[in-house]
Amino acid sequence: MKLTLKIWRQKNADAKGQIVEYPIDGIEGDMSFLEMLDILNEDLITKGEEPVAFDHDCREGICGMCSLHINGEPHGPDKGITTCQLHMRMFKDGDTIFIEPFRANAFPVIKDLVVDRSSFDRIQHAGGFISVNTSGNTIDANAIPINKHDADEAFEAATCIGCGACVASCKNSSAMLFVSAKVSQFALLPQGKIEATERVLNMVKQMDEEGFGNCTNTGACEVECPKGISLENIARMNREYLSASLKG
Amino acid sequence: MSGILNSSVGRKFAMALSAFFLMIFLVQHFAINILSVFSADTFNEASHFMGTFWVVQYIFQPILILGVIFHFVMGMVLEIRNRNARKIAYVKYNGNANSTWMSRNMIYTGAVILLFLGLHFYDFWFPEIEVKFIDGDMSGLLANGEYRYFEHLQHKFVDVWRVALYCLAFVFLALHLLHGFSSAFQSVGANNKYTRGLRGFGKAYAIIIPLGFIFIALYHHFN
Ligand code: SF4
Ligand code: FES
Repeated sequence: MKLTLKIWRQKNADAKGQIVEYPIDGIEGDMSFLEMLDILNEDLITKGEEPVAFDHDCREGICGMCSLHINGEPHGPDKGITTCQLHMRMFKDGDTIFIEPFRANAFPVIKDLVVDRSSFDRIQHAGGFISVNTSGNTIDANAIPINKHDADEAFEAATCIGCGACVASCKNSSAMLFVSAKVSQFALLPQGKIEATERVLNMVKQMDEEGFGNCTNTGACEVECPKGISLENIARMNREYLSASLKG
Repeated sequence: MSGILNSSVGRKFAMALSAFFLMIFLVQHFAINILSVFSADTFNEASHFMGTFWVVQYIFQPILILGVIFHFVMGMVLEIRNRNARKIAYVKYNGNANSTWMSRNMIYTGAVILLFLGLHFYDFWFPEIEVKFIDGDMSGLLANGEYRYFEHLQHKFVDVWRVALYCLAFVFLALHLLHGFSSAFQSVGANNKYTRGLRGFGKAYAIIIPLGFIFIALYHHFN
């Protein structure tokens, strides 16, 4: 496959970036998108040029590190996958592919396609935890009976890998899907109930302080989320938040 | 509870509450208007009641106007904040891949509805206020002793351009409601086993009510 890549290049956080065009040849449908970028980078290095910086780690869809806005969509045209799971067979010979970093003020560009998603970490630190007594008489989690339905929903919410595609896809740059998944995974379980009120208030406060936008329920996040996190989590967070505000 | 409007979730909730109020009002407005198709007398009586009953005039009407203003101002605030949340835009953005046109353009469909409200107030509300509160005539009667409401309504729908503008505005209302109805439920946290049914009902509501208003406008134009 012969392709034309239009890639966002930006030297550092303060530099002004721009789209740079790179022709590439010899791409197989079985390659992953990141392998395709590896080939481009090998090429650039051979020519003595600066390789394109992009995030990746596990390359098997579990760490949430890979990002990229590909042809107008986070993680590219396929659904329910991360960029490292995107195959080049999704593209045709002769295609032009736009590759941009995830965009949001709360995800500033560090270099080229790499963005700083530590705002997500700060939201987690604000309340995405439970306090467990480790003094020797800790109750085994498996010894606490939990309704199957709640356990399943908590598990589904916990599959969020913190990739940020929800923010990147949202026209409002809202982080509601991520935050609601993190709120839900605890809100549904008995261990999470104790700190439920402060958790939701603090996490939403931190989310707002980080400069994410306001959700208007377009549903783009749910469609683009590689883990299929449902909008039901946002509704749950809204309920949790409202009842916590009334209490607090 | 303090500062709930300062949070993104709180703003969303407030937006939804004003939307519910406006959607209920729309049904009530439609119910009275459709009477004009069946019986001029009944329509006149209902209009006179709504126009003179103090609870409607001095309690519901101000709340309604405040509701519209709140919904509009909040909509603008959200739009500006959301635009500012992404200072550098994507070069390529494929919104259709993951969301509906209606959901992404609420500000524009809303702005058209607001413009329409200006025309609608000019046509009906200002003349009513003038007769009732400036001229002090609360009788609702014409010189010939008949109620003026039906007469006024028919007179307004003679002009083709006005009917066309009304119909166009109702199309935008439908587009606004197609997203707005289910969005309001999601915002107040209602997403459960009834959601699918509710979405279907919302779509029906978003199409039937504006279509009904279009029907009424055309009916009076052609009669
Ligand atoms: S909710 Fe989905 S899209 Fe958002 S961070 Fe979690 S896994 Fe990624
Ligand atoms: S690199 Fe880990 S999810 Fe893609």
